[in-house]
Amino acid sequence: MTLIKGARPYGEDAVDIRVQDGRIAEIGPDLSVDGAQLVDAAGLVALPGLVDLHTHLREPGREDAETVETGSRAAALGGFTAVHAMANTDPVADTAGVVEQVWRLGQEAGLVDVVPVGAVTVGLRGERLAELGAMADSAARVRVFSDDGHCVADPALMRRALEYVKAFDGVVAQHAEEPRLTVGAQMNEGDRSARLGLAGWPAAAEEAVIARDVLLAGHVGARLHVCHVSTAGSVEILRWAKSRGVQVTAEVTPHHLLLTDECAEGYDPVFKVNPPLRTAEDVEALRAGLADGTIDAVGTDHAPHAAEDKESEWAAARPGMLGLEQALSVVVQTMVEPGRLDWRGVADRMSVRPAAIGRLDGHGRPLAVGEPANLLLLDPAHRATVDPAALASRSRNSPYAGRELPGRVVATFLRGVATVLDGKAVR
Amino acid sequence: MKRHLLEAGDLDRDDATLVLDTAAQIEAALAGREVKKLPTLRGRTVVNLFYEDSTRTRISFELAAKRLSADVINFSAKGSSVSKGESLKDTALTLEAMGADGIVVRHGASGAPHRLATWVKGSVVNAGDGTHEHPTQALLDAYTIRQRLGRLDGVRVAVVGDVLHSRVARSNVWLLSTLGAEVTLVAPPTLLPVGVGSWPVTVSYDLDAVLPTADVVMMLRVQGERMNASFFPSAREYSRRYGLDARRMAALPDEAIVMHPGPMNRGMEIAAEVADSPRSTIVDQVGNGVSVRMAVLYLLLGGAPE
Ligand SMILES: [Zn+2]
Repeated sequence: MTLIKGARPYGEDAVDIRVQDGRIAEIGPDLSVDGAQLVDAAGLVALPGLVDLHTHLREPGREDAETVETGSRAAALGGFTAVHAMANTDPVADTAGVVEQVWRLGQEAGLVDVVPVGAVTVGLRGERLAELGAMADSAARVRVFSDDGHCVADPALMRRALEYVKAFDGVVAQHAEEPRLTVGAQMNEGDRSARLGLAGWPAAAEEAVIARDVLLAGHVGARLHVCHVSTAGSVEILRWAKSRGVQVTAEVTPHHLLLTDECAEGYDPVFKVNPPLRTAEDVEALRAGLADGTIDAVGTDHAPHAAEDKESEWAAARPGMLGLEQALSVVVQTMVEPGRLDWRGVADRMSVRPAAIGRLDGHGRPLAVGEPANLLLLDPAHRATVDPAALASRSRNSPYAGRELPGRVVATFLRGVATVLDGKAVR
Repeated sequence: MKRHLLEAGDLDRDDATLVLDTAAQIEAALAGREVKKLPTLRGRTVVNLFYEDSTRTRISFELAAKRLSADVINFSAKGSSVSKGESLKDTALTLEAMGADGIVVRHGASGAPHRLATWVKGSVVNAGDGTHEHPTQALLDAYTIRQRLGRLDGVRVAVVGDVLHSRVARSNVWLLSTLGAEVTLVAPPTLLPVGVGSWPVTVSYDLDAVLPTADVVMMLRVQGERMNASFFPSAREYSRRYGLDARRMAALPDEAIVMHPGPMNRGMEIAAEVADSPRSTIVDQVGNGVSVRMAVLYLLLGGAPE
């Protein structure tokens, strides 16, 4: 039994929260301590445990970059209680066997609920459907399917995938990138790519696929989720599609909310990511889209890479950035501090809606009596400079290195058990 | 001067003029000498680190360093235009350990010299990186223009061809505009980068309209494989619309010169009779390249002149 003293749920009035048997047993002022383990949360904001729709854990295959365990620890430190593990592992998570393996590793680590994402197509090759039903029926209960890293570019195959997963209430999470428009692409196409001599990744390559997919999803009445939206045009298309009643949801990454293609100056590959960092106008449109709900969720696209995959020429480096540990801080800086999202808004975009999109039971629930005790305690006033050496991830490719960010996750509870206390992972 | 020469944008007007003036001084100092050698960089080591084959550029830098009495090491890492993993960093640290004072680097990846410069203490000279820049080429072009026309301020330069993929074009755009020239880029729209509108240049798709007012026509090499990628429909159409032949050369003002960074596709972007005409500076460019590279190595490694 744990008693959290003086926390402010959703930033509102301070109360005590009693946690018992994995659930919130009581909420109220001045609850009796009664032999409970005491957590002093004076001044801390309490939020439902965060849910990530988009995490790369690298296991199996690249355990030198991250494992399910190290990634789970990074997630817990970021305030997450559930993460969706992307399918682009080696072997690819395109069978019931691989998704069950990842799910079981997550259970063993016991720091967050690791929910595998299944590949849409065999080997992420975009040629034929993987056994989506077998993954849905497996112990991992897969509901989100994605070839992330690759786009399901063939429109007929995309249509079939959207239709097929309706049978088990699944959703296809699309990495929207028309591959013929991004051959050799290295960064956002525009003034900077022209000057830096790095091949451009045009916004239209993302927007064209989103436009196509929302039309397909509308036509067949299926659920579509758009991964890591990065352009102002994409936000407009989503707004239009939602106004037409298309069942489309979308996510934005923390780095696309904060950073621009200006970061490519100097050619440090820590800033190489797919989709690439865009312009200040795009960043503004993404923040507005997240604020008004056109963009449903923040998805980290946490993409750990070993040093040798990043300490190279820009073109040779793998795309991707760390995201789990600083996601909430970036949202605090870009959305909460400027007054664009209140704490209930943060809970909605980082917990409630992602859990709903992934059809996760027990996550994204309100802080209320009887609900599973998945929650985090945040010190919003704390500011610190990000030191990659101090991160829990096995990799160091943080785009926030040396940057001061607000907000520190002081504690995280998974079904009532602390995974983080005093800002440190419990295990 | 800064410690490295990574891109033409690193040079302000004073620095760029200093390089050109130094090259002229060096050329004058060596003129008529039997032994074309200065003792300036004796005891210094210059490494030519070439990830891409370019015999012309490598020899030009090698000659420049040797004429300044530096020790020269040629390090070719060809076969890996974009190398994997840590190899560029490993190589950098090796060269560092060997005591390289200057590293001249040619690499297929844009920005590779910038990365290298973060890992070594010596000076890095960009000898061409991907589709980014080739700053010493721009310096030798500027030197050649000044030599022929006597000035750079207000000179109207038409840069013609595959601007999109050309590091020579990029370096020339920044350097020539820094030095007061007026640059017009002439190409089919497919061979101009998106974002070119923010450059200090005029853009035209019509070579014939530009020629009568150009003091300099700088032709860029066009690679045949661009045709297969549909940047233009055919070699013949390209040549008709953007090639410089005798008829077009006749439309130029009397004093105008024709430049090409080499190697040329004769009959594609430039006709043989144009390349070999007295207006052509192509041979001068090669010779001036050595003087300009000597000036760059001298200024970076030997300190400012007294
Ligand atoms: Zn992706």
